[in-house]
Amino acid sequence: MYPSLLSFPGDLFAEFDALQRQMDRLLGPRGNTSSIRAVERGFPAVNIGNTPDAVEVYAFAPGIDPGKIELTVDKGLLTIAGERRTAPPETAPKTNVYARERVDGAFRRVIALPEDADPERVDASYRDGVLRIRVQRREAARPRRIEVSGATA
Amino acid sequence: MSTTQEVVTRAAAQAPQEQRQQNVPALIPPVDIVEDDSGITLSADLPGVSREALQIRVDGDTLTLEAPIQLGEASELEPVYVERRAGRYLRSFTLSRELDSANVAATLKDGVLTLRLPKLEQARPRRIEVRAS
Repeated sequence: MYPSLLSFPGDLFAEFDALQRQMDRLLGPRGNTSSIRAVERGFPAVNIGNTPDAVEVYAFAPGIDPGKIELTVDKGLLTIAGERRTAPPETAPKTNVYARERVDGAFRRVIALPEDADPERVDASYRDGVLRIRVQRREAARPRRIEVSGATA
Repeated sequence: MSTTQEVVTRAAAQAPQEQRQQNVPALIPPVDIVEDDSGITLSADLPGVSREALQIRVDGDTLTLEAPIQLGEASELEPVYVERRAGRYLRSFTLSRELDSANVAATLKDGVLTLRLPKLEQARPRRIEVRAS
């Protein structure tokens, strides 16, 4: 017999734990944790990822004129603001509306950037309704390989 | 006659089982549905969907929208905060008989799909004169 389930051979439970941590890393915070500036999951929804030399923000903002998106970086905060009109401008007399699920009106989202983000080097593009914002990292923050010199005498 | 109640009330959750063959998690895209005299206009938010990838199917009286989400992100991207977790959109609607499913027109611009479902000619409203007897 095994003394306890927790010392099961093969460390089965440790593997579950590793899997759980891997899921958390891949999927980001879940459940009862949320970003302090996006508790209610506003519009647009965002996905954020890191690459070795940049932070990439994908904002799901369909049906917006890219020229009218207001994008600012101030004190480490990235702000995406704008307005979206989904309702038709004129309402014909004989129309029935059965669903109005799409976001209509002004929106604003604020995202905290990591400390090493460089506010001077931000570029943004808009394709298929997704706004992609790339904030470059500062040169000093990138991983560097340091040569170890041989010991002398 | 109940014209389009079915279109409104049935979403992907009630779609037939065979519509959900794949086990990939799917997002239900938000829609606006407006009816006028000549047909129904459906608008759906599908950010991250290209025109080539979008599938619109009419099978019997079921209209299905399905599309993978493609962000074109760099391969070394490590997710740190994710609100959109599914890789595709899926939503179905049950059409009603007076809609002309053979003449559905669709446009996709900046991630917004606009579908026009015209009514059959005989189903358009007509004014019936009441003659004095």
